Amino acid sequence: MSLTTDLSQAPPPHENAAKGMPGGGKAGGGTLDTVPAPRRRSRQRRERLFQWLFLVPAVVYMALFFGYPVVKNVVMSFQDYTTATFFTGEAPWVGLANYVTVLSSSLFSTSLLNTALFTVGSILGQFVIGLALAIFFQRKFPLNGILRSLLLLPWLLPLIVSSAVWRWILDKDSGALNRFLGDLNIVDTGVPWLTSTSLALIAVVGVNIWIGIPFNLTILYGGLQEIPDELYEAGSLDGATGWKAFRHITWPMLRPVVSVVLVLGVVYTLKVLDIILGLTNGGPANSTQTIATQSYALSFQEFKFGEGAALGNILVIISLVFAVLYLRASRRAVDE
Amino acid sequence: MKSAIRKNRPLAVAVTALVGLPVLLSGCGTTASSSTESVSEIAVMDYYNNEPDKGFIGDALNACGTKAGVTIKRETVPGKSLISKVLQQSSSKTLPDVLMLDNPDLQQIAATGALAPLADFDISTADFAPGVLSAGTYKDKVYGLAPTVNTIALFYNKDILAKAGVTPPATWDELEAAAAKLTSGDQYGLAFNANPTYEGTWQFLPVMWSNGGDEKNIDTEETAQALKLWTDLVKDGSVSSSALNWTQADVKDQFLAGKAAMMVNGPWQIPSLDKQASLQYGVVKIPVREASQTAVAPLGGEVWTVPQTGNKARQAKAAEVVSCLNSDENQLAMAKVRNTIPSKTTLAAKFAEENPKLATFTELVKTARARTGQLGEEWPAQATKIYTAIQTALTGKASPSEALKQAQGQ
Repeated sequence: MSLTTDLSQAPPPHENAAKGMPGGGKAGGGTLDTVPAPRRRSRQRRERLFQWLFLVPAVVYMALFFGYPVVKNVVMSFQDYTTATFFTGEAPWVGLANYVTVLSSSLFSTSLLNTALFTVGSILGQFVIGLALAIFFQRKFPLNGILRSLLLLPWLLPLIVSSAVWRWILDKDSGALNRFLGDLNIVDTGVPWLTSTSLALIAVVGVNIWIGIPFNLTILYGGLQEIPDELYEAGSLDGATGWKAFRHITWPMLRPVVSVVLVLGVVYTLKVLDIILGLTNGGPANSTQTIATQSYALSFQEFKFGEGAALGNILVIISLVFAVLYLRASRRAVDE
Repeated sequence: MKSAIRKNRPLAVAVTALVGLPVLLSGCGTTASSSTESVSEIAVMDYYNNEPDKGFIGDALNACGTKAGVTIKRETVPGKSLISKVLQQSSSKTLPDVLMLDNPDLQQIAATGALAPLADFDISTADFAPGVLSAGTYKDKVYGLAPTVNTIALFYNKDILAKAGVTPPATWDELEAAAAKLTSGDQYGLAFNANPTYEGTWQFLPVMWSNGGDEKNIDTEETAQALKLWTDLVKDGSVSSSALNWTQADVKDQFLAGKAAMMVNGPWQIPSLDKQASLQYGVVKIPVREASQTAVAPLGGEVWTVPQTGNKARQAKAAEVVSCLNSDENQLAMAKVRNTIPSKTTLAAKFAEENPKLATFTELVKTARARTGQLGEEWPAQATKIYTAIQTALTGKASPSEALKQAQGQ
């Protein structure tokens, strides 16, 4: 706010300077003209200084809360950082050893594959259901607003609460889901949702989809509201209704929003930790172990902070690729 | 022109203030301390953040504080965040004067140099059970003492066993037979926890250790036999495969609901079990493979330590409090109310007599082994391998011996 007021004060002196300079040149160095020049320059310098000063809080904040942790994490990944380091401050440099250990671990490929499956599965489910619901709520019907706000619930619940409830719903012997399926005679024995190596990842993805729907719904609904009604009216005159209207009006108009939702979704999903820890702790037999959970386990359960940081950095790099995509997508969205 | 400058001045002041604020704030955090000051208050940190333990420990601390002539400034943090809090405090040099640690974490923290050896103060370590001392020892020096400890045993539902005509098992064969016989309909014969955390490892240790398994190298015949027992119990359906995801609290809930006839659990569950008046339960040692083997139980419990805060006077007072917490009277009193076992072997006989419900646990604690006794700081890595092997075998991804071999090689 204050930055804009400062800048709005800036133009007048510049105009003065522009007018004054040629005049000074013509007169060939009269006292009236030569004296203001250094004063002007110092004024300009002062304004520059003020502009920078206004930037300082933001820069300090970024450096302190974003720059420092990132740099610290990168540094840590090249060190033998143990519990003792916290007390003594000594962390010997080990070069790339942490990365070598982490990447050559037999668990890395499992975690990487699980991360990919988890992310793709979650995003696909969240997006398709979120978009379908957003289009559904475009219609006008009673209780529309209430239903839409109720759908935000998964988003508002603390993740630890959601995962505890889902852990109970998905329990093999006394879980609500198996009871329900059993009563419908769909299954006759308990399905080990969270304790079978082939089902656990699917179950965890399912819960994450449930959590992610509100985000997708909200953003996509907002995007749909932006599309002018006239387009549909004009389209319907030309025979574009239903699927055709979606294919040729909604989808192209929604594309910028879609790319933002997808890329943000990927970044959020890659780093999901609490849901998995709450539901399965990475088990059974590492079948739901992702890079995020493994990094957490290395750092905070095995106290191998260096290796945990190395794995964390690998995750950051993967996220960064998508962050760049996001920046490009959002820039294009603005251009359009 | 002048007016423009004047207009900017308040802004400049504001900017300077904003930039300067953090510096000022951080300056406020440091307090001067000298070792000659008289100590009137000491800081204590522990993880007993739930009643009733919170109150019991608080009362004991306050009584000991009064005795030492200091007031206690106590902070309780959730168990999961204790270690990160301790690490944070040790890097900012703000460790409390008295610190409680879960015993398998002691060596890890002692290795950092953050703790003072108790031999520096006048604290007696006589009569403590060997397992308790080994849990509190790092490189031949005792750093922490536990007033009371615990372990795990086999709880059984007397009514269900009587109805099925089953006596509490003492050997693995008997356990498998009993568990199979007690499994019917909604009810499983046995419940234990085999989840992918240190808790899963902890519950497996009794069968592994009693059979001569060694945590240093888990790729042995003895450990494989123990893991085969766990695997067979799940494969037979005597134990629900949900054990792969259960916590010890979940196991207790299954037992309470009558969905498990027997369970592996510790004495801290006794208050919840006693709340259900209709439940009649007994406790026996976890079975051994052959009757001739002795049951070896893992030692659980929290140790109290004196961190290196650099203030000798405060450390001395802190040591007085730790010593007081470990006195005979306090051990007996705390053990009674918290359903734990006094650490001093000299108190065991008297305690078992007065608390028959805890007799089995008292017996086990005498010979219980500390998880970090052999491996020290290496324990977390090896504990991870153990639960990984358990999970691999129980999900059928590999045979017990193959799973152990894979995990050990990792």
